[in-house]
Amino acid sequence: MQIVRQALTVTDLTRKIKQILESGFPSIAVQGEISNFKRHSSGHLYFTMKDESAQLPCVMWRSRATVLSFTPEDGAKVIAAGRITVYEVRGTYQLDVQSIRPLGAGELQAAFEKLKKKLEGEGLFDPARKRPLPAYPKRIGIVTSPTGAVLQDMKNVFRRRFPGLELIMIPVRVQGAGAAAEIAEAVDDLSRYASIDLVIVARGGGSMEDLWPFNEEVVARAIARCRVPVVSAVGHETDFTIADFVADVRAPTPSAAAELVVPDRREILENVADSWYRIQQSVLGIVSDKRERIHNLLNSYAFNRPVDLLRQHSQHADETLRALHRVAAHAFALTSARQGSLDQRLKALDPRLALRRGYAIVRKDRSIVSSTVQVHGGDSVDLEFQDGRVRSTIE
Amino acid sequence: MAAKKKESPGTFEDSLGRLEEIVQRLEQGDVPLEQAMHLYEEGLALSRVCAGKLKAAELVLKRLSKDAEGNFSLLDEKE
Repeated sequence: MQIVRQALTVTDLTRKIKQILESGFPSIAVQGEISNFKRHSSGHLYFTMKDESAQLPCVMWRSRATVLSFTPEDGAKVIAAGRITVYEVRGTYQLDVQSIRPLGAGELQAAFEKLKKKLEGEGLFDPARKRPLPAYPKRIGIVTSPTGAVLQDMKNVFRRRFPGLELIMIPVRVQGAGAAAEIAEAVDDLSRYASIDLVIVARGGGSMEDLWPFNEEVVARAIARCRVPVVSAVGHETDFTIADFVADVRAPTPSAAAELVVPDRREILENVADSWYRIQQSVLGIVSDKRERIHNLLNSYAFNRPVDLLRQHSQHADETLRALHRVAAHAFALTSARQGSLDQRLKALDPRLALRRGYAIVRKDRSIVSSTVQVHGGDSVDLEFQDGRVRSTIE
Repeated sequence: MAAKKKESPGTFEDSLGRLEEIVQRLEQGDVPLEQAMHLYEEGLALSRVCAGKLKAAELVLKRLSKDAEGNFSLLDEKE
């Protein structure tokens, strides 16, 4: 058998393989057991991942290796995420590892505890670092998956409680290889982007492996250096992640985070109405207080002195008048009494009374004769009796 | 959006705070009548502004995107 095809150079072939492999596996996660683990003096990590029937050379560059949440060691079962690269010089392919985490609950728990202890030792969980949330945020940054119910749930709560908001979202993957790096970058971006009042990092419920990105150091560091308060809302109420410990506030669920960061507008409306009511009551109180004081002043002794004086004068006048009446009545009584006695006396002087008793009046030439010397014999006189006159002659 | 916030009569929070202040001042009781009337008018205006803001508000969702140079832009997010 003859070789008739045109021969490629080794370099050409390797380049073709490189192109196919690198474009075919740009982002993968692979699980296996670590062997031949070496930390080079440069800080890069070299190891092999293997299972029963295959092995894969791996490299993790120093820049990524420094934020590892656990120390890989031979025999550890892990999931490594990254891309396939071809090392042309040796004609080998390898996994360029971007992140690595333990596989299996036990290892995850151990890694979790280790990172937790480390960050706690740095004071990242210190209550004094926790910043208060703004009372009335206007712009809220949200780092979460664009798909799924989480964003929708939060929007529903915001609409119900306090719709006057701008939500600034950065969609990220929230699980799997590379998710932690995306989450960390999104938090950093929102931190750099001006005029955001707070950031919510949210994810729905899942297994510990699903939630793992929120237990990675890159995410914890990004949250810790964020310039505005961060609320973590990862998984269900019982799930605690490293992100929860570093965040300024931990919300048990994404919906709870939305509840927590904005007030209920109905409550504020009630408060506003209450304030307005109290203002009205206060002012009414002040006005009626002033009115009462004016009223009291008007009723006071000083203000009523003239009236009082008038009343006194009036009373005095009344009394004077009454006295006057009394005096007048007395005077009248006196006068009329005197009048009566005069009448009597006048009546007593009436000569006709004497005539009735048998006396007679003697007149000569119409003058009354009261003495014998006034008459002489032969004089003609008139005698007046009570019932008439008689002419007679003196002898 | 380049305009400074302070140019407006104040943020919502400021308005609410001022409203509280007015209530407290009036409830102290020793306010002269003329000042009380001014506070009353201010309180009326503030409570209207606050209630208006609360009732008129609409939720807006945007996406923060970053270009290759790291410059940000806000995109309207479709529902």
